[in-house]
Amino acid sequence: MFEKALKGNNYYWMWLAFLGFFIVVAAVCYLRQYFYGLGLTGMTRDVSWGVYIAQFTFLVGVAAGGVMLVLPYYIHNFKVFGRITILGEFLAISALLMCMMFIMADLGQPLRGLNVLLYPTPHSMLFWDMCVLWGYLLLNALCGWVILTAERKQVHPPKWIYFFVYLSIPFAISIHTVTAMLYCGLPGRHFWLSAIVAPRFLASAFAAGPALIVVMALILKRVANFDAGKQAIDKIVTIVSYAAIINMFFVGLEFFVGFYSDIPGHKHTLQYLFFGLEHHGHVYNNLVPFMWGFVVLFVVGIALITCPKTRKGSDLWLGIGCASIFLAFWLDKGIGFVLGGFVPTPAEEIVEYYPTLNEIFITIGVWAAGFFILTILYKIAIGVEHEVEA
Amino acid sequence: MDTNRRNFLKVAGLSTLAGLSGTAVVDRLVTGSGIAQASSGESQGAAGAGPGKPSAVRYGMVIDIKKFYQDPGLGEKAVHACHQKHNVPKFPDKRDEIKWIWMTKFENAFPENPNLYQDEESATKRLPIMCNHCDNPPCVRVCPTKATFRYEDGIVGMDYHRCIGCRFCMAACPYGSRSFNWRDPRPFIEHINPDYPSRTRGVVEKCNFCVELVQAGKMPACVEAVADCKALVFGNLNDPNSEIRKILKEQRTIQRNPSLGTLPSVFYIV
Repeated sequence: MFEKALKGNNYYWMWLAFLGFFIVVAAVCYLRQYFYGLGLTGMTRDVSWGVYIAQFTFLVGVAAGGVMLVLPYYIHNFKVFGRITILGEFLAISALLMCMMFIMADLGQPLRGLNVLLYPTPHSMLFWDMCVLWGYLLLNALCGWVILTAERKQVHPPKWIYFFVYLSIPFAISIHTVTAMLYCGLPGRHFWLSAIVAPRFLASAFAAGPALIVVMALILKRVANFDAGKQAIDKIVTIVSYAAIINMFFVGLEFFVGFYSDIPGHKHTLQYLFFGLEHHGHVYNNLVPFMWGFVVLFVVGIALITCPKTRKGSDLWLGIGCASIFLAFWLDKGIGFVLGGFVPTPAEEIVEYYPTLNEIFITIGVWAAGFFILTILYKIAIGVEHEVEA
Repeated sequence: MDTNRRNFLKVAGLSTLAGLSGTAVVDRLVTGSGIAQASSGESQGAAGAGPGKPSAVRYGMVIDIKKFYQDPGLGEKAVHACHQKHNVPKFPDKRDEIKWIWMTKFENAFPENPNLYQDEESATKRLPIMCNHCDNPPCVRVCPTKATFRYEDGIVGMDYHRCIGCRFCMAACPYGSRSFNWRDPRPFIEHINPDYPSRTRGVVEKCNFCVELVQAGKMPACVEAVADCKALVFGNLNDPNSEIRKILKEQRTIQRNPSLGTLPSVFYIV
């Protein structure tokens, strides 16, 4: 089916070339980083994870979000999602590949990555994260491919594939739960040490992932003559709305625990993220604009996707609404959550993190690579749809 | 109806399967941590039983804060001796910083003991901090490759050749004891000590209680450096007749962040 990705109009090739440019830039930047070391990033011994791990965390959520289409379609037999379930599965594949690229970019010794397999360590959450991420990637690749092939041949998918489809559902939940456990099991990092991290991750994932799928579906409708169907979009938007509100509810709970208990450890990071933290006469606040951006974008997004006029009236407003939700939760999880957790340091000092240009280019390049893969996968999926219709 | 029943059976069967594999996972996890706990329990038991198990060793250190307050040059000596011994580089840029043992203020070392009305000495002077060689080390728990591990004598060590540089241990350490080689450290080593390996870029390192010296029957470099005034005392916590145990019996000591349950092996005389 790959041949479908080799035929396209000028816009298709221009888009791929555009992404390819950023991939090449990132490749050069990565080589620089590879030969110099991670000192080319803005990370320090106090903020030892930066944008790479933050992007990884967010993208695990995007990958898990695809299950919000798979579950209603396969478990509840919600036929309306028939056409777009494949979009969710392919989004999961490209998001997971981005995750792996970000992990590799973040490793100090990438060539030793296989040590995780050679010396399996079940008491490390990173070991389990690797297991579930690879598992979910393979499941999605398998299910997506087999079902698409069956669709192309216009036959029912083989029975055995449903075992893997059902298996992928708990896997989707597990990838984000285990990713949350990377953080919420660490003593001494009070902001992360919260049982609500995993539910919060899932809620924001089930908003951000499907929100991106809506945006994609709306774009595909314009550029690829692929209509997901009004009812399908409408249902996803409902899912996005609820998940987004639940996520904000969880954020609110964190605020309550921190500020009502008034325990410094529970409060400091939230103060740092949203208001700036004063320490020895200096106010540290470099993440404040991002966090208020998160709040504002959430309010704008949720208004646009719940108000009937903008939700049903125009694709443009609906798309902007979903994009706002996606961006909002990216700011929250793809920037604030991971970076904020390092402030203050265990020794009650404050070190702020600023990514370097080299690091930013690598980050952009990995996103570009992810969208490159996503474009190709979607091109194949839609090519098959069109072939079947013709 | 029939299809519903079929579907129900499918889901029920699958969830049973998932549940079964789930318990297997939990069992595995529990045994994993069980091993860690058993080993620490053993050493603790030995500490309690004392003479019953004289061979059981758990190394620890007592730091006399007063002595470091009285003589500000003392800390400098200890830090220098350690960093010299272990080829710890000195970078011009603070962002690359690597340190095994360093001097800090009381409020930074003991954030669990804040005091609005601190005595002048604690407010201005400095004391040494380093890896605590916890009996229940979070860094060892999170390391995905066992590159950081606990020797049987309680020292938490590093395998620089296995470390993949994921820095999970740095996030997990509640004392900020770990440093990362953000760039090639070798050009920044002032005097190379050929008896200890230098590191490559991309791996984590930290104080190793001079395991290479201790296991050869010597004292750690920092202890040696301040031996005149006995500001640092190193020894076997499991031996009730050791010097360190005598000091712990006579003096009131505190540990860093004890509420986290990491059971540090480094004690401070206030």
